[in-house]
Amino acid sequence: MTTADTTNTIEKHADLRAPTARVWRALSDSQEFGSWFGVKLDGPFKPGTTAAGNITSKGYEHVRADFHVDRVDERSHTLVFRWRPYAIEPNVDYSREPYTVVTLALTEIPTGTHLAITETGFAGIPVARRAKAFEMNASGWQQQTELLAAYIAKHAEHAEHAEHAEHAEHAEHA
Amino acid sequence: MTALAVKQSAPVFAALGDPTRLRLVARLAQGEPLSIRELTEGERVTRQAITKHLEVLSEAGLVTDRKRGRERLYALEAAPLADARRYLDQVSAQWDKAIGRLRALVESR
Repeated sequence: MTTADTTNTIEKHADLRAPTARVWRALSDSQEFGSWFGVKLDGPFKPGTTAAGNITSKGYEHVRADFHVDRVDERSHTLVFRWRPYAIEPNVDYSREPYTVVTLALTEIPTGTHLAITETGFAGIPVARRAKAFEMNASGWQQQTELLAAYIAKHAEHAEHAEHAEHAEHAEHA
Repeated sequence: MTALAVKQSAPVFAALGDPTRLRLVARLAQGEPLSIRELTEGERVTRQAITKHLEVLSEAGLVTDRKRGRERLYALEAAPLADARRYLDQVSAQWDKAIGRLRALVESR
């Protein structure tokens, strides 16, 4: 693989201890696909159509993702779709950015099923901004968690104060 | 968005998707700022072509230039490359997590 390829393509491999037919269902059935990919899809995977839905992973629920389905081939156990990976900034128009192409392919092996994933087409994407968006999203959650913790701490304190005040009042009345 | 930020959001990977530009980046990665004359040495393309390639790299925020006497010196900017690599790592990590969930789904009985 050349340097140009390594900056344009992501490749993943996994051996799964499950029959190919079972894994194929988890890929080709858009509801099953969504359950592990992390998206609630509004329709089936059919070549030439688009399935869309919101990402279900924590911190990405505001992201609506489109899956333009190019191939659902049961014979070769291949699923091909185009999408815009983690286009997560709420106020950014991504419509002019290119898609990446994702190919998921299964082959039968003695222990079960081999899964090969390639995602290609990163060359056209403004990656620096995307990288920062990822981190801001992560730190955004961190901040929200900290805010919540501060809020709870403050209210707990208030409650305590109120209780003390009440006690003091009672003591005065007594 | 500042002008600098706009420059930095240009596609870094596209800028790298050319063998001559990759070689220029590799030479500048040795640390020493180089002039167009120096960068043209050992290349089979013209000075004008090298200038054009440097412009593309500059657009992507990958090189900066400054004047030295009558020449212009080009230096590599590491940040956009690091950002680019980080983004692929981030997407790659999302795939790893997704494959983990797929495994849990199909291997459960």
